[in-house]
Amino acid sequence: MNYLALYRQMLEIRRTEEHLAKAHQAGMIPGACHTYVGQEAIATGVCAHLTHDDAVFSTHRGHGHALAKGVPPREVMAELFGRVTGCSRGRGGSMHLFAPEVGMMGTSGIVGPCILQATGAGYSARLLNKGTVGVAFFGDGASNNGAFHEGLNLAAIWDLPVIFVCENNLYATEVPFSYATRNTDMAERASTYGMNAVSVDGNDVLAVYAAAGEGIRRARAGEGPTFLDCKTYRTRAHAEGMPSLGTYRTQEELDAWKARDPITTYRAHLVSEGIASEDEFAQIEREVVAMVEESFEFAKSSPYPDPATVAEHVYSDG
Amino acid sequence: MRELTFTAAAREALTEEMARDPSIFVVGEGIGQRGGNFNTTSGLYDLYGPMRLRDTPIVERGFIGMCTGAAMTGTRPIVDFMFVDFILDAMGELINQVAKIQYMSSGRLKMPLILRGSIGITGASATHHSGSYFPMFVNIPGFRVVVPTNAYDAKGLFKTALRGDDPVIFLEHKSLLNSKAQVPEEEYFIPFGQAAVVREGSAATVVAVGSMVRKALEACDALAAEGIAIEVIDPRTLAPLDIPTILASVHKTGRLLIMDETFQPCGIGAEIAAQVVAQGFDDLDAPIMRLNGVYTPTPYSPPLEAAVIPNPTQVLQAIRDLLAE
Repeated sequence: MNYLALYRQMLEIRRTEEHLAKAHQAGMIPGACHTYVGQEAIATGVCAHLTHDDAVFSTHRGHGHALAKGVPPREVMAELFGRVTGCSRGRGGSMHLFAPEVGMMGTSGIVGPCILQATGAGYSARLLNKGTVGVAFFGDGASNNGAFHEGLNLAAIWDLPVIFVCENNLYATEVPFSYATRNTDMAERASTYGMNAVSVDGNDVLAVYAAAGEGIRRARAGEGPTFLDCKTYRTRAHAEGMPSLGTYRTQEELDAWKARDPITTYRAHLVSEGIASEDEFAQIEREVVAMVEESFEFAKSSPYPDPATVAEHVYSDG
Repeated sequence: MRELTFTAAAREALTEEMARDPSIFVVGEGIGQRGGNFNTTSGLYDLYGPMRLRDTPIVERGFIGMCTGAAMTGTRPIVDFMFVDFILDAMGELINQVAKIQYMSSGRLKMPLILRGSIGITGASATHHSGSYFPMFVNIPGFRVVVPTNAYDAKGLFKTALRGDDPVIFLEHKSLLNSKAQVPEEEYFIPFGQAAVVREGSAATVVAVGSMVRKALEACDALAAEGIAIEVIDPRTLAPLDIPTILASVHKTGRLLIMDETFQPCGIGAEIAAQVVAQGFDDLDAPIMRLNGVYTPTPYSPPLEAAVIPNPTQVLQAIRDLLAE
């Protein structure tokens, strides 16, 4: 159990996202930017169990998943800046991050397909006896989409090695989950499809790590899919440039969740348990900040893609 | 040489490739032990088992999305969708995901996903079992769209689809499934983007798609008795579309008629006509003409159904009208 690796990963996501938010405000990101701030414990706790052969599929709020799966921050930043050095070579942006070489099989601007695609990765794993898993990250908003119900059912009836990670941050853009869903017990909804379903504090990286570990162990052992209902909160706006409170949430609610910040609470826990010292955290902070700043400079100074290549890769022959 | 039906020839391609490549699997409703609504997989379940002949619930979006993820992770899924109308539930998966993922991943992911099944108006199938819709797929960058019209082409084109890395929409007109043609025992492939000149002639060019090929040939037999030789071209694949073969024919004949059972607006005929005008204007001795099915949902009652698809009299008249221009 590498406690500090989990901390470092969460901090890398946080500092990268903060840089991206500032860059967006400065007009350096031509398109959208949906940050993962507040939800870092989930991608970190799940991806810590995965290898590059395991396939992750994600949604529009996917920077954290890409980073936790092993995409270098410089490639995520460069992608949002529209540069050829980005992980999608400038073809994707914030919502379309692809890095199959590390098993980041794509984020999507459409809510739901990742659930089905992860199920398909599970099918490949079984057919080819690969011992790998497919993982879908998605929000509570996806749980009212047909893809949620179709994907869970298929994974369940065929006992596929798939981990469905629902990041229930209470709002689908700005529509409350409690408004959109009569039964707000996400794990219960998932369990009706006949699969292992667990609720977990999504702001507690150790809790996510433990629950994901058990689910992934089951999947690799041929014991079928697992659903993780991770309760969390995004502390920034749905997308940069939008209000963080808007008409849909209160300052009190935001403050209460910020007090449960996954990084500061984990750090306090490691200190109080005597697992790590403030010196170690300071060292990690320096290293992560330096790496993120180097990534930012790399992204900023990278060239744009050549317009002559715009129609390349529509088909497999180029 | 032996004769096979369209369906048997396509099935032979499938079983040959499944024997060769263990990453190929088929999903669909009733394609396991039942062998498929159109016998597309009959006998294969006993050879390859349930993981590779996977019966599904009725969940087109779900299993197409699932196959999308499978194709990204090392397997080669075939969706046996029965009727193309059924996969309209999955258009978001098809257009937003299947067609775009190779591009979005800058070519680092492949999408070897085949969607195959029936199209076409016949047998009082009514409006939810009669669609073709291929112009919609042709409009989207990323798809290969294949419309074979005989058993020989069905096998050769299916083999090519099964060896490629692109998503292929493989459309089999219901009226052709039991039609027979000579199919060699030896392995062969028909490349995409290569039209077939199925009848040579000099008076006019008819490009016929899907079920219209047979109707065009019948009309040409009648005209041949009058000494009129019409050239008939079957594009075989609509994406990619073999424009050079059509241009070469129009260069010879100076006249072009495009026949297609599907709707005329923004259809394959409009695309062919625009490209021929742009690249072969000086060869044209007459306006390019089109003959299509009626722009309406498909009705059930046999006299109504017969009224929406071009009949032999209309086909013959369309060619005569072109010759009279």
